[in-house]
Amino acid sequence: MAKWGMVIDLDKCTACQACVIACQAENNVPNSDPEAAGTGRSIHWMEMLPIVEEEYPHLRMRLMPRPCMHCEKPPCIKVCPVNATQIGSEGIVGQINARCIGCRYCTTACPYTVKYFNWYKPEWPAVMENHLNPDVQVRYIGVVEKCIFCHHRLQKARDLARYEGREMGPNDYIPACAQTCPAEAIYFGDLENPKSSVAILSKSKRAFHLLEDLGTHPKVTYLSEGV
Amino acid sequence: MDLKKTFEQDEEVLLRPVREVNRNYYITVGILSLIVAWAFFAYFYQLKRGLGVTGLNRPVYWGFYITNFVFFIGISHAGTLISAILRIAQAEWRRAITRSAEVITVMVIFFGVASILMDLGRPDRIFNIIESGRFQSPLLWDVTSITCYLTASTVYLYLPLIPDIAIMRDKVNKRKWLYNVLSLGWTGTPRQFKRLELVISVMAILVIPVAVSVHTVVSFVFAMTVQPMWHSAIFGPYFVVGAIYSGIAALIIAMALIRWVYKLDNYLRDIHFTNLGLLLFVMTLLWTYFTFSEYLTTFYGAEPTHMAVFWSKFSGEYMLEFWGMIVCCFVIPVIFLSNRKLRTMTGMVISSFAITIGMWLERFIIVVPTLANPRLPYERGAYHPSWVELSLLAGCFAFFILLYVLFTKFFPIVSIWEIQEGRQHAVSEVAERVRTYLPDAHTEEGEAQAFSREQVETARP
Ligand code: SF4
Ligand code: SF4
Repeated sequence: MAKWGMVIDLDKCTACQACVIACQAENNVPNSDPEAAGTGRSIHWMEMLPIVEEEYPHLRMRLMPRPCMHCEKPPCIKVCPVNATQIGSEGIVGQINARCIGCRYCTTACPYTVKYFNWYKPEWPAVMENHLNPDVQVRYIGVVEKCIFCHHRLQKARDLARYEGREMGPNDYIPACAQTCPAEAIYFGDLENPKSSVAILSKSKRAFHLLEDLGTHPKVTYLSEGV
Repeated sequence: MDLKKTFEQDEEVLLRPVREVNRNYYITVGILSLIVAWAFFAYFYQLKRGLGVTGLNRPVYWGFYITNFVFFIGISHAGTLISAILRIAQAEWRRAITRSAEVITVMVIFFGVASILMDLGRPDRIFNIIESGRFQSPLLWDVTSITCYLTASTVYLYLPLIPDIAIMRDKVNKRKWLYNVLSLGWTGTPRQFKRLELVISVMAILVIPVAVSVHTVVSFVFAMTVQPMWHSAIFGPYFVVGAIYSGIAALIIAMALIRWVYKLDNYLRDIHFTNLGLLLFVMTLLWTYFTFSEYLTTFYGAEPTHMAVFWSKFSGEYMLEFWGMIVCCFVIPVIFLSNRKLRTMTGMVISSFAITIGMWLERFIIVVPTLANPRLPYERGAYHPSWVELSLLAGCFAFFILLYVLFTKFFPIVSIWEIQEGRQHAVSEVAERVRTYLPDAHTEEGEAQAFSREQVETARP
């Protein structure tokens, strides 16, 4: 069985944020506005973490794309009282919007703070209402959401492969962020397949994970020289 | 004075609050109802617009509501637990205070539960926790434990009420049908009393582990995550101690108000307050010991993620709340309670108010700073409650007081039959009990363990 994982090469990333935009568009994430941004309520499944290195005046800022880590041992799913966030057999940590009671326990239990809450009913400018992605459910008010590795694309790819009577190939399923990245800094694939680029790269000397010592076993690996 | 006259007097005085209603009562109920109505408005506003009307955000996903939840559940420990312990320990001074304590528990739990409902993004889906409940989640442990506690406390409040309800059925000319139904055909035969006392003592024992479990699992909601300064093994007992601490403070305030409003100085006597005050002092020290241990281990370990939270409390954004808590929960109570001259009614009521505020701050200081300083150091948050959250906090308090006031108008707030029983049996029982503590002595005149005052006086050289 596949284990889907991602590798983000920070040495290649130009911090252009195309992945952030691609994710918003693909997954029907509502646009942020100044009020939401000011109160810390905008939703970005893929977000840029600002990393400040050294101190003024030798300040160095870096931006680091951060999706959900899709932990192999996710602390978030253990705490959900209604089973509304679960890890699938292929390692994708999903959200069941129709069942979530909005207690926000998972959001506080995730050590990466990657979960978002719908404080109000999600809304789009009128011109965009007809351009929502029909493959992705629009979330309700009062539920939690987060990156799901564009799970709908996996379902589509699998259906297509079955329809065409073939096995799924390595390029059939790829999330919007990885597909969009102009610097080709995001790799995506099956970690169980030793020949896949993600399996090879995640063993690279440059590889590291966020908060590795918590034992969450993230399936998102970062690559960077000098760590 | 014969026994019968004394009993009648007890009934007369203790039933007076039920029989008489005056203008002050209507004014109090009116004001409280207004606050409650306002809170309902605020809640419906939130229900309509969404949780966006609160001050919550990412990463501070929990704020006032969860603080209130922990706080109210904490207060609920006063009643049933203390009353059960005093009953089991056969502390004779309990008779006048158990009822007022037990009512606190039953009434305040509702607001703990309500706070959780206020916090939910989708209260309409609450039954999902039954339909697809998942016992791995500490929230479900809470649901189980609190339901159990609410049921047990209600039964435990109701059982000792039965003989009093029967007294009211016979002697109060109001709401006859209600008292008739609730008294369950009580006639006060010795057999009935025997049974009642058996069930009460069984309940008293049963309710203690449930009470301890309640605040332990409330603490587990936090302690089971890996978040800095939540993931602590001390949290279970720390929360239980804090709960009892705030509970006793609330009880003292309630009793002082009852005594003052209903002029029950003769029943809620200074000795009751002194004893509770000493208990409160012990809890002050215990709480301080736990707090000290918790913060010192964090500080000494000096892990950066923990220290971020630590400093935000100690000298950062939440400094005011943190030091406010220290002053309210340690400085003020120690000053007033450790000193016999200051341990007066006023002193105790001041300390109790300070502790109630301080313990609310303590809950706040546990919930919010950790969330505002999560592990990944790139997301820092701040939290300022909105008017909706403030209104709902005021509403919860007002509603609780309202229910309490109404209770005192429906049922005697000091247990009549237990006082009467105390007059009838307790004095000789206690004397008998004390006698069994002493070693046997054999003299020529016979056997004895203790002597009456006259005997001692005459024997003195
Ligand atoms: S990163 Fe957070 S939300 Fe994603 S799987 Fe891990 S714990 Fe869950
Ligand atoms: S917010 Fe929703 S998904 Fe998260 S723990 Fe609560 S019910 Fe589960």
